[in-house]
This record gives sequence, structure tokens and C-alpha cells, in this order.
Amino acid sequence: MFPINKIRKDFPILSRKVHGKPLVYLDNGATSQTPIQVIDVIVDYYSNYNANIHRGVHTLSQEATDKYEEARHKIQAHFNAKHAHEIIMTSGTTESINLVAHGFASLLKEGDEIIVSALEHHSNIVPWQMLCEKTGAILKVIPMNDAGELVLEEFNKLLSEKTKLVFVNHISNALGTINPIKEIIKKTHQVGAAVLVDGAQACPHLKPDVQALDVDFYVASAHKMCGPTGVGMLYGKEAWLKKLPPYQGGGEMIAEVTFEKTTYADLPHKFEAGTPNICGGIAFGAAIDYLNAIGLDNISKYEHELLEYATKKILEIEGLKIYGTSKNKTSVISFNLEGIHPYDVGTILDKMGIAVRTGHHCTQPIMDFYKIPGTVRASFAFYNTKEEVDVLVEGIKKAKMMLS
Amino acid sequence: MTIQEIQNEIIDEFSMFEDWEERYQYMIDLGKTLPLINEKYKTDNNIIKGCQSKVWVHADLINDKIVFTADSDAIITKGIIAILIRVFSNQHPKDIIEANTSFIDEIGLKEHLSPTRANGLVSMIKQLKMYAIAYQTQLQ
Repeated sequence: MFPINKIRKDFPILSRKVHGKPLVYLDNGATSQTPIQVIDVIVDYYSNYNANIHRGVHTLSQEATDKYEEARHKIQAHFNAKHAHEIIMTSGTTESINLVAHGFASLLKEGDEIIVSALEHHSNIVPWQMLCEKTGAILKVIPMNDAGELVLEEFNKLLSEKTKLVFVNHISNALGTINPIKEIIKKTHQVGAAVLVDGAQACPHLKPDVQALDVDFYVASAHKMCGPTGVGMLYGKEAWLKKLPPYQGGGEMIAEVTFEKTTYADLPHKFEAGTPNICGGIAFGAAIDYLNAIGLDNISKYEHELLEYATKKILEIEGLKIYGTSKNKTSVISFNLEGIHPYDVGTILDKMGIAVRTGHHCTQPIMDFYKIPGTVRASFAFYNTKEEVDVLVEGIKKAKMMLS
Repeated sequence: MTIQEIQNEIIDEFSMFEDWEERYQYMIDLGKTLPLINEKYKTDNNIIKGCQSKVWVHADLINDKIVFTADSDAIITKGIIAILIRVFSNQHPKDIIEANTSFIDEIGLKEHLSPTRANGLVSMIKQLKMYAIAYQTQLQ
């Protein structure tokens, strides 16, 4: 049995009320909530060993450095990276992606091709558009079908010796589709190109093994994995990270500076200029410990049950349409009520204490595909319950009644 | 009626509602009755930009008073605009510019003032006042 009652007690925020009603938090795709075990680590850091890392000889600095590097090792173990220095600490997925895009600017030439998927978040499209403008490379898009799945036959046609990079999310944030990244990586490697996978939406639900996937770059954000905001990671194969130039200049990323020449530091510090989010990094490690103590297999099994239950209940509502109906999806339900704007539904649900996301979810191309202004998205986490699904269903019914 | 008098009238009306449901149902009904903007004014130029719902506003100067028409693709937003139009339409530009909008707080719609509500009252009121400033300049 999944220890749901015990787990819910770990999250102080789940006992608060919103507009006088118990909070039903179903916006986990935007950010996950934080368990007390992680909050305690943050409090402990600022209470006991707050100091700058990798610099001081004093005890606090050494303790902070040890904890920060310990977190990097936890991340390495979690993603099964070969080396700890293949884990670059960043401010989150967006910065991780920009770091890679910046690095590729010096490797691309006019006529080279970059392939992105139609399911991408804006943060995964804009850097590549900028990169193409700068280098003269061409952006190609893997199309999607009605179910919200990528059309692999089309992807195969896009691949050629001109392809230099493929960018795809592991799981779509708007629809929850799990993309066949293993196959995409294999196919891409056959033409000698690299693959960057955006794992922001995947990491709360499953445990990626970067070596088994043979992925070149994989990125994630702590705040979607029960960690704090403002911290994330970039995994890159050692060979690729050595090839890419530094992202930002500053302290920490240099080995030696004279006015004639600066020698860059070794990995991972080459990409970690300036003082990082030290507390955030340490808390990221604690969040990974927390998830692993429950077990991502258990989490994913429980969430799948929740998704099946919710899908069945929600589809009983007349005039409701779910977007993203792949068999391979995580616990996300994106939907609309016929003739009703998602913003209106979200506003009424909020009055009932139910937190969902409304809008285009930073995926305007997907909304254009379905010809809708946006959707209401309920994204479930392992601390949500079937009772909360029932509250959501009642909320949607009420919204429908009020707005029709 | 002056802007202040209309605002007081709205505050009185809203004070009769017992809970949020009645308040929102009223706004939804108002949204349904909103005098729609002439289709030809539903252009990108007239959109108050935001990422949640679209809002179009058009302003005419008739007998030195501004007449606002508007529309939105979301019904609650339309209800909010209907309230704003009732307050600000058919008023002198100068009065619109000088109007205080604290009534929004008093009718329990403060949450719509939050900056996260991209189509919140803040940008709508700002837009209405901008029209007033533009017409005021013309009149001088």
C-alpha cells in the first residue's frame, strides 16, 4: 500500500486553506510542493553553515562546500551519470538549455539543422530560434498527431547529415505525453548529431538513466522535484562538456587569470561562474533523497492509478474534452469545457480552493494545433488523492453550471 | 450620475450578495449582457494584451463624453469589463482621469488586481484612463 496519509503529513502546505476551503493543489506541473525534510535542510543551512563555497579555508566554508558537492554526487547517482563533473549546477532547466544553446553557437555553421519537437515549452524553442538567427542554422519541427504524440516517421525524414542537434522534452508539460526518447536518441546518433532532452516534467515521475539512454545532454529543475526554485542541473557527456565553451565569465570558472590569457577551470566549474545557489543545491540533493526514499517506481505506479481514476471521472462530465490522449502519458489532464474559456473555469475552481493551471502553458504551438486559446490543466503528484480528484470533478461541474 | 455615485450604487448592489458564488454569478450574467464592441473594432490594435484571455476595448468621444465598448473571449472578464464600462462610460475624460477606483476592493474583487491576472483590472483601468488622457488632450 502506498503510504499516502504519511506522505501528506510531510507537506505542511497541504493543510492550508484557500478561500476558506482545504487546498487541492493540482498545479504540480508548474511547481511541486516542498516536504518538511527539504524545508529542514534549508533552515539548517542558514542556521548553521551558511558560507561561500570552494573559497574559504574556514570551517563553515568547508562544511558548505562538502554539502554542496555531496548534493552533486546525489544528483549524479540519481541520474546514473558516469562522473560527478558531468553534472553542472544551474538555476534551472531554462538556464541549462541556454547554456547548451550558447555552447553550440560556436559549433554550428550556415545550413546546419536543428530539430525540435512540436511539443516543446517556449523555453525550449526560443533559445534555438536565437541560435539559428545567429549561426544561419535552420530549425525543423517534428510534428504531432491529434493524440498529442510525436510522429516518428516524420522525424526520421527530417534527420540527415545536416542535423547537428535534436531537442525534445521527455514529457510534454501541456499534455503529459511521454516521448519515445530512447528511439529518438538512437536514430539521432546514427546521423552523428547530439540530443538534448528536457526532463523538467519527467523527473517528478520517473528516474532517467542517462547512460542507459545514451543521451548527450539532459536537464532538470529542482522545483518540480520537491526541491526549491532557482536551482537545476545540466547533465552533459564529458566529451561534449569539454567541447563547449564556457557560458559566463566570472569567479569560480577560471583556473588562472593574467592580462594576457585566462585558463578555464576544469569541469564542472568551467560552467559555474560566480557564487551558485548553494542552499538550493544542497536542498536539491535532499529532495532527491526524499523522492528515492518513497521510490520513483512506487510514485509512478500510484500516480498512474490516480490518472486513470481522474480520467474516467472527468470524462463523465458532458461537453468536456481532454487534450493529449496518448496511452503513454503521466498524471496530467489538459481539458476544456465546450464553449467555455479555460480562464473562467480556472477562476471558479480557485474560489473553491482548487489550484489548476489555465492558459497556453507556454506551448502556443500546441494550442494553435488544436485551435484553442488554452486549456485547464490539472497535474497530479504522488501526494494527491482520489478524494481530491472528486473535489475537482465537483468543482468542474459547478463551474460548468455557473458559466453555461 | 457621477462616477462616484455609480461606484456607490455598485457597492450597494454587491453588499447584498452572501458569498462568492452569488458575486460571480452576477458578474457572469453581466458578462452575458455586455454591449458588444462593433466587430470592426475587434482588431489587434484594440487588444489589451495578456496571456489568459483576450480583451478588446474601443472608445468614442460623443458630446465631449467618452463611450466605451468592449468584449472578451472569457465571460468573467466580460463581467468585469461590464462593471468598468458602467462606471466609466458616458463620462467626461477629465472625470475618468481623476476617478478613484477603490470600489473594486469593496466589492470583493481585489484578487483580480493581482499582477498574475494578466487581464486583471489593473491593465483594463489603465487602458480606459489612457483613452481619457488622449481625448482630454484633443479637447484642450
